[in-house]
Amino acid sequence: MTSQAAPVEAHEHHDIRPVRKAAMWVFLGSECMFFGSMIATFLLYRNETGAGPGSEIFNVGFTSASSFVLLMSSLTMVLAHNAFEKRDARGTRIWLAATALLGITFIAGQIYEFTEFVNGGLTLSTSSFSGAFYMLTGFHGGHVAIGVMLLLAMFFLSTEGRLRDDGGLNVELVGLYWHFVDIIWIVIFTVVYLLQV
Amino acid sequence: MVLDTSKDLATGTPKGIWSWLTTIDHKRIGLMYAVTALVAFFIAGFEALLIRLQLASANGTLLSADAYDQLFTMHGLTMLLVVVMPVGAAFMNYFIPLHIGARDVAFPRANAFSYWLFLFATVMLLSSFVLGGAPDGGWFGYAPLSTQLEEFVRMDFYSIGAQLLGVASIMASANFIATVFTMRAPGMTLMRIPVFTWMAVVVSFLLIFSLPIFGIGLWEMFFDRNFGTHFFSGGGDPLLWQHLFWLFGHPEVYVLVLPAMGIVSEVFPVFSRKPLFGYPFVVFSGIAIGFMGFGVWAHHMYTAGLGPVAEAGFGVATMLIAVPTGVKIFNWIGTMWGGKLRFELPMLFAIGFVSLFVVGGLSGVLHSVVPSDYQQHDSYFVVAHFHYVLFGGGVFGYVAGAYYWYPKWTGRLLDKRLGLWHFWLMIIGFNMTFAPMHILGLNGMPRRTYRYPEGLGWEFWNQVATVGAFIIGISFVIFAWNLIRSRKNGRIAGDDPWDGRTLEWSIPSPPPVHNFDEIPVVSHIDEFWHRKYATDEEGRSVRMPDVTGGTISSETATGGEDGKPTVDMHMPSPSYFPLVAAFGIIVTGYGLVYLPGGWVAVGVGVLVALWGFFGWSLEPVTRNGNHD
Amino acid sequence: MSRSRRLAIFTIVILAVALSACSGSGPQTALNPEGPVARTIDNLWELVFIIAAAVFVIVEAALIYTLIRFRARKNDDTEPVQLHGNTRLEILWTIIPVVILASIGYPVIKGIFEVRAIAQGADVLQVQVTGHQWWWEFEYVDLKDDTGRTLVTANELVIPEDTEVNLTMTSADVIHSFWIPTLAGKRDVVPGRISNLTLIADNPTPPDEPHPGQCAEFCGLSHADMRFKVHVRTQADFDAWVDEQLTPAEIPTEGAAALGYETFNATCVACHHVTVAGASGPEDIGPVRTTEVDGVTFTSSLAPNLTHFGSRTTFGGGTFENNADHLAQWLANPAGIKPMRPELNDIQTGRILGMPNFNLSSDEITNLIAMLEGWE
Repeated sequence: MTSQAAPVEAHEHHDIRPVRKAAMWVFLGSECMFFGSMIATFLLYRNETGAGPGSEIFNVGFTSASSFVLLMSSLTMVLAHNAFEKRDARGTRIWLAATALLGITFIAGQIYEFTEFVNGGLTLSTSSFSGAFYMLTGFHGGHVAIGVMLLLAMFFLSTEGRLRDDGGLNVELVGLYWHFVDIIWIVIFTVVYLLQV
Repeated sequence: MVLDTSKDLATGTPKGIWSWLTTIDHKRIGLMYAVTALVAFFIAGFEALLIRLQLASANGTLLSADAYDQLFTMHGLTMLLVVVMPVGAAFMNYFIPLHIGARDVAFPRANAFSYWLFLFATVMLLSSFVLGGAPDGGWFGYAPLSTQLEEFVRMDFYSIGAQLLGVASIMASANFIATVFTMRAPGMTLMRIPVFTWMAVVVSFLLIFSLPIFGIGLWEMFFDRNFGTHFFSGGGDPLLWQHLFWLFGHPEVYVLVLPAMGIVSEVFPVFSRKPLFGYPFVVFSGIAIGFMGFGVWAHHMYTAGLGPVAEAGFGVATMLIAVPTGVKIFNWIGTMWGGKLRFELPMLFAIGFVSLFVVGGLSGVLHSVVPSDYQQHDSYFVVAHFHYVLFGGGVFGYVAGAYYWYPKWTGRLLDKRLGLWHFWLMIIGFNMTFAPMHILGLNGMPRRTYRYPEGLGWEFWNQVATVGAFIIGISFVIFAWNLIRSRKNGRIAGDDPWDGRTLEWSIPSPPPVHNFDEIPVVSHIDEFWHRKYATDEEGRSVRMPDVTGGTISSETATGGEDGKPTVDMHMPSPSYFPLVAAFGIIVTGYGLVYLPGGWVAVGVGVLVALWGFFGWSLEPVTRNGNHD
Repeated sequence: MSRSRRLAIFTIVILAVALSACSGSGPQTALNPEGPVARTIDNLWELVFIIAAAVFVIVEAALIYTLIRFRARKNDDTEPVQLHGNTRLEILWTIIPVVILASIGYPVIKGIFEVRAIAQGADVLQVQVTGHQWWWEFEYVDLKDDTGRTLVTANELVIPEDTEVNLTMTSADVIHSFWIPTLAGKRDVVPGRISNLTLIADNPTPPDEPHPGQCAEFCGLSHADMRFKVHVRTQADFDAWVDEQLTPAEIPTEGAAALGYETFNATCVACHHVTVAGASGPEDIGPVRTTEVDGVTFTSSLAPNLTHFGSRTTFGGGTFENNADHLAQWLANPAGIKPMRPELNDIQTGRILGMPNFNLSSDEITNLIAMLEGWE
């Protein structure tokens, strides 16, 4: 079942690219406040470890490795967009898949990391510190997962030759989203794992 | 000739329930917001009347404390999130494209999605009354009271319901910003758009930046209630909730009132037959209010223990926010000064807005005097203040918009006599209800109390307030009757019943689906006025020979034999995917409220929502198509 | 009557109402301060109110004048001049409000620091306050008996006239707010945090007309019934009161009171703490619980201390007059007259949401009342 007729441009002869980019930037603005509030909560509670473990439970080396993975995924994202601009469909798909794969690796790393923490006595309800930590990193991981879904969707659209349909803005938009999620991770990694005051 | 009876002959709008469920037309969506908001107003108003009946006498026994707590919580939640914000959304939806000379908003399907999510979230919130009890922790949900009773789902309805309403608003705000910044007609610079649309832009930015903060607070509340976390108690700080809440809550009050100020900025010029005095200053003061609104949130927390330095800082900032507000008021008076004032109904309500908002604004300044606020905080003085600005200001402004724009929506004018009854009963009832609350507050009556004892001298003014509340109720019944009746019986309005100044009056009433036959080229603020009038040497307007707004006349535009406009244009097609996606999200919401058993519903809801979102993005595309 | 005249009448009515509020009325009013702290606040209020009232009159008058002068007249066809603005005016009506507000700014900031100053020194009476759902616990931390037990009472604060009283406050459960309008502005009482409030009362109060106060932060079902009273005594009367309060309660040995004491020991001491005169000195019956916040130890009982219950004018969170009728209703079914949720009580964790119904017989109730009223 599809809707009655194909959705069409709402206004004649207008370049719709600025419209969707504007919306994406506005959305990312709201995401800044979303993550900013969680980071603020974490900063407030970073020393409220109660009876449970604190930041000594972190394995900064491991997390550095998975941060590197995410960072590399931004590189592959750039390569994917590049290939798309050059109309290299195969290249686009390769790099989209690579980005998705690196994203999945990152998430897998987080799952492993969280399992270790839970076994080490740091659960969601252990302390204010643990709640703030898991909420911040968990929501971020959720955003990565959504990004992976978007990447895979674009991969499949590309196989059907439909990625270029609307002026080909999707790759750039998803790229923006993906880079944003990566930048947020850099902030989180710095504030949570590196700056242990 | 076969007439296409599936569409309205005059406007080309499709008919039937399915057409409403799948509509993506900003005008229809605006209407749906308006109707929902009006129904919710009666629900929340009824809640208020019950509260007033309980408080009419000392030691009232009409309501139990439990019922009372649910009623005042829902009265606040409903009025703020389900009435005033949506009525603003209704006007913004309908008129932003018309004001900027566009055919629709940037993302029509996202627009529909915002409405359906809003409607379903509202139903969800209201359903709580029969599902174990409505939220009872106050609309402000202070922790740890709001996280204390995990046995009840009531405050889970609050945290999920408000969260989903917020998502709907964020999407709509992004939509409006994208629309105004990229879809203006040629020549329509930002400093030529109507003030109403400017205020819509400011409001949209306020929501984009403030709602996510509230969203995090609500998630943290939800986690504390359901997953045993310690964000606000057990090592957590209750004041964290207050900061997160008010960082949203304060910009929110400007979200509520700025569109009404925008409406009033449209009405005064039209009914004074003069341009808005100081257009750039009115715009910039709106922007200033938006900015400063983010810097005063802790004035809701003067008694919470911030320390004298913080209290002093926020006190000064709060006092200063009176300045741009005053600028607007003086500019409105300046608009009327030297004009030719016609006291039609929109004008009466706009004047009501200004006179009552001045009172509310001044009581706000009294609040900003921090030591004084140590007495006023959490007393009926605050209740008086915010009702004067939100009702005396906001609601009066939105009602002015209703009388002003009803003819554009329906093609008919609201009945004037009924309107006069509405106005006078409303302004008398309003002052009877809320003016005494200043006195009650200063005489020591705290807020949110289900009863009060004899001997404190509070009975008389409470009785007066209760009588006033019923008068307000009667006035709104008259209003609702007028709205319903005038659809068929009102005087035909024509395109331009008020001799308006802005572009929406240049097209038929109601407008065709495609709004403008030809997108206008704009060279002035009040573009439509300048097409009708030139100015003589003294600066007075001179009517020019028969001009109908520089677009093709209504005859030709809709003269096609099958009701289709003769100008070839592409309009977005209807879609049911926004409805599906919104429905999936609500199922998820119910699942979250009823955890741990609700995980199944969460799963089902997520799948349905994904189906909706994927269907939406993958709908077949034409050569010019856009995805939204 | 023309619209403009009606509007003018409105304004006058509103003004009259506003002005009538200048004289506060009722015992809980903020407008008749009975102590220097409340007076500081009231003086500031009066200053700003007069300015605000003046602004109100000027702006509304300008509005009304405009409406009258520029209304469209029947036979007038002329169009108004299409004026777009006046920058000088804009600057003027931006700067003037800033100046007015700035002039208020200094007294406001000064007032904040004055009112927020924590009373210190040897002459200050130190009282610790613990807010509970839905009653107030008061501990006079420097007033002790020979065994080192401090003076603990509930819902009725007694203070000497003309003395600085420093309240150090916290909450045992949710956020409350301590508000006694005649003596001071309010201060929130937050779990896990300490807040301070200074009380100073000018004059003693008649025994049956204490200053009334109540909780001012919504705290659940009985928020409206979480009230308290402040009695002000001369220094001599206050000292006498302290001596009485530090005397342990006599254990009744005969009559209804003695029977009541048996019931009390069997039922009520699960939550209520009383210091009784035991064989070898004062003894505690019932639980003694404390909580520590920021290094300060607060007494944090499960229920009000009843040692000198008979000396209080009210009970039930300052909500009911202390007489046999009310007590009988209360003891028969507490949640029947004050909304509470005792079925959710958990003594282990300390979550107490009211007093349960113990299904006492009417004899047991009569006996208990005899005992309680005997504990003056």
